[in-house]
Amino acid sequence: MIKQTEFEKIEKSAKVRGTATKVVVYTLLTIWAIVVLFPFYWMLLTSVKDYGAYNAEYIPKFFTLSPTVQNYTDAFTAVPLAKYFYNTVIYTVVTTALMLVVTIPAAFAFARLNFKGKNLVFTLFLSLMMIPNELVIITNFVTITNLDLRNTFSGLILPSVMSVFYIYLLKENFAQIPDQLYYAAKVDGTSDLKYLFKVMLPICKPTIITITILKVIECWNSYVWPRLITDDAAYYLVSNGIQEIRENGFGRENIPAMMAAVVVISVPLIVLFLLFRNKIMEGVARGGTKG
Amino acid sequence: MDKKSYKAWLYLLPAILFLGVFLVYPLIDVFIYSFEEGYNSASQTCFGVGLYNYSYVLHDPYFLQALQNTFILVIITVPLSTGIALLISVGLSSIKPLRNLYQTVYFLPYVTNTLAVGLVFMILFKKTAYSDGLVNLLINFFGGSSVDFIDGPYWAKMFVLCFYTIWVVMPFKILILTSALASVKQDYYNAARVDGTSKFRIFTRITLPLISPTVFYLVITGFIGAFKAYSDVVALFGTDLNAAGMNTIVGYIYDMLYGNSGGYPSYASAAAIILFTIVLTITCINLTVSKKHVHY
Amino acid sequence: MKVVLQNLTKKFPGRKKADAEVIAVNDFTFEIPDGELIGLLGPSGCGKSTALNLISGLLMPTSGKIYFGADDVTDLPPENRGVGLVFQNYALYPHLTVKQNIIFPLQNLKGKDKLSKDEMSEKAYEIAKLVQIDELMDRKPSELSGGQQQRVAIARALVKMPRVLLLDEPLSNLDARLRLQTREEIKRIQQETKITTIFVTHDQEEAMSISDRIVVMQSGVIQQIGKPQDVYDDPVNLFVAKFLGTPPINVFVGKVKDGGLYIGDDCILDVADVSDREVYIGIRPEGFILREDGPLCCTLGGLEVMGRDISVVSSHPGCQAPTIRSIISAENKVDLASKTVRFAVKPNKVFIFDKETEARIPFSAEDARHG
Repeated sequence: MIKQTEFEKIEKSAKVRGTATKVVVYTLLTIWAIVVLFPFYWMLLTSVKDYGAYNAEYIPKFFTLSPTVQNYTDAFTAVPLAKYFYNTVIYTVVTTALMLVVTIPAAFAFARLNFKGKNLVFTLFLSLMMIPNELVIITNFVTITNLDLRNTFSGLILPSVMSVFYIYLLKENFAQIPDQLYYAAKVDGTSDLKYLFKVMLPICKPTIITITILKVIECWNSYVWPRLITDDAAYYLVSNGIQEIRENGFGRENIPAMMAAVVVISVPLIVLFLLFRNKIMEGVARGGTKG
Repeated sequence: MDKKSYKAWLYLLPAILFLGVFLVYPLIDVFIYSFEEGYNSASQTCFGVGLYNYSYVLHDPYFLQALQNTFILVIITVPLSTGIALLISVGLSSIKPLRNLYQTVYFLPYVTNTLAVGLVFMILFKKTAYSDGLVNLLINFFGGSSVDFIDGPYWAKMFVLCFYTIWVVMPFKILILTSALASVKQDYYNAARVDGTSKFRIFTRITLPLISPTVFYLVITGFIGAFKAYSDVVALFGTDLNAAGMNTIVGYIYDMLYGNSGGYPSYASAAAIILFTIVLTITCINLTVSKKHVHY
Repeated sequence: MKVVLQNLTKKFPGRKKADAEVIAVNDFTFEIPDGELIGLLGPSGCGKSTALNLISGLLMPTSGKIYFGADDVTDLPPENRGVGLVFQNYALYPHLTVKQNIIFPLQNLKGKDKLSKDEMSEKAYEIAKLVQIDELMDRKPSELSGGQQQRVAIARALVKMPRVLLLDEPLSNLDARLRLQTREEIKRIQQETKITTIFVTHDQEEAMSISDRIVVMQSGVIQQIGKPQDVYDDPVNLFVAKFLGTPPINVFVGKVKDGGLYIGDDCILDVADVSDREVYIGIRPEGFILREDGPLCCTLGGLEVMGRDISVVSSHPGCQAPTIRSIISAENKVDLASKTVRFAVKPNKVFIFDKETEARIPFSAEDARHG
């Protein structure tokens, strides 16, 4: 049998080990938190530094005592940042709205209606999820060019509307609604469309919100397609805008103004994220991937 | 067709139209493009059909450079990001106070514009006439000499690219791994504790096998994602990636399509199909390996 | 191994800061003799699982002591206590085979206790034979039935020969038939290994049938400890009386007046040594005697014939429940045409409880007074 002193030793070592583990874990987590946050801090800091002061700092300072908003004014006046912003908002809103208009009826048909070949069509849809964007973007580029839709909102928006994954996600959610509700509504003489709007959509509101937010993030950050399809700065989105600013904006490298533009571009999504933190994280965890 | 079917197809029509025009037709077309030799986008004619496009792409030094860059990026970032994410997630799951705060912070890169934040990274790493940049100062502080990470030697550029790529993909991995860890029932840990299992053994014998499907999922999506690297490269090195020697396969495709060296959809198509073949092969290998190691 | 709990208390902080703390286990003091099978019994949420987790070491008590034999194990982590724990949902590792699951605890042994592969395998087979799963050693848990999984879980808990075996609701995930079979199995395994065993259940029948001793709990407080039959025959309060027994005890509102026990105006017993007061009266279903001149007159509701016995369903305004269930021998004849039925009662099956404290009031019964 173990002696009492040995007992105490075991207890003590367990306690010490516990504290040591905690210290290591928190240190590790904090280091990564700093790695994540530092670029954000740096961009905020630089964006309020005076242009002259910034260039005079051979060793960059970690704080500034004389913050200025001049860079933000520059960002909106020297380059058409407001225009990029406006374009992106239109692009995001219209694309997301169209996505919902297309996705909801399709998911409804798959989940609720019976028709010949449903399984076959659904399997085909699912297999389309595997197709990488890179493979189809070439023809889309040629198509849009031939239709003379370059540098138009239609050209930007139309190929970006569809996401098969969202149809799948919504269909799964629709399918969870018990059949009895549908039959009850049918007995009461409710039309399919009314049932969809009055019953299914309210029940599935969380999923609708999730796919909306995911699509908004996707649109706001999209770069490749807008870059291919627009070369007129009047139709640039923020991503292309920031690239344009980097290469040609602000004359001689005005990094503080550039950072101000970066802050302006980043803020909307960060605010959206902080507001809908749980919805977004849950949505992404359920199978969203980056981009 | 009866009335019911007709109605269902009506609901599906918009989706089918969009998918047909922008996904199915292009998918078929890309193969046609890739075999059409000497396609001229102005006159929309070609000389003949054959494998010339593939042979051209495979002999193009820019493509080979892009291929090399992409492979290095994949081989470095996928294991590293998955490993670090696993470490952080395990740490995150073991604490209670501040957990939400850390989780929120870690997720931030997911919702930021890759191009925009890439610019910040560029500034942190870039060496200019005015300043060596913060990272170089840090290196100097520890006794090293400055390196231009943006316009300097190849390995330095590759380092920044890998670092930024990992920074960008971490939120997704941490999120998925923490929810996988949370779904492991507490009872398993209690059972193991009662049996006197050491923390390390609990991790390797219980936690890891139980979340192995998720880890493999992350490795597979990680491979696919890293093979398609492009925006983050542009963010760091600008649009002229060939000049910087940092092009990726996807960058090569777009450059062939549009831009200074553009106007060759046939070459772009051939490169895209080569990329797709590579990704498909590696995914299949991954799936075979994971089937062998995921036991339940 | 004797297990002693001394003033054991566990408090949980409230959900929000303003909430009062929850006392899950309140001042437990009792002793479990070596080699006994003890049932911790109580309704859900009464703190019985918390008590079990305190003994296993998964939870640390707020105050009080736990001894295994002479050792104070209160502050020891679970791995150093030498307990075996069977979880309610078994917690078998899904990626390991039955054999690997059973061997798992043995692989944790270090130093001089370390076993060779063959020894481990031998021990695993030995214990598997004991619980009769030695044919299933290479299966995965998902390929086993609920009862087989339960046996594997028990084998895994037993393989390192724990000082104390703990079972958390061991039968709740099994269907009725398996439950009967498995509880006998647990009893048999416990008798063969002679390991002190504590199990938690909310099912009084289960606890009564296999325990050497039961501990009845309510809201974190021990109500009564004793041999199952003793507790049943001699409950200390209304809660214990109501909790044990199927069909449950019939509870009436009544009073003691001038040495007589009254339900409504019917005096059913003489209780000379109890002073006058308002009381609850509990009568076990088997405590009724069908007699035409019996003192208790009830409205007849119906009969349920169960072969050996008859269950008479009747009602009385003084009864707390809408129906009274009394079990009488099948030899009795009940006239269904009659609207009423009259009973006398067996004094040893009648308990009276104080109306305020619900504590048992002892009485020495004389013969029931006639009509």
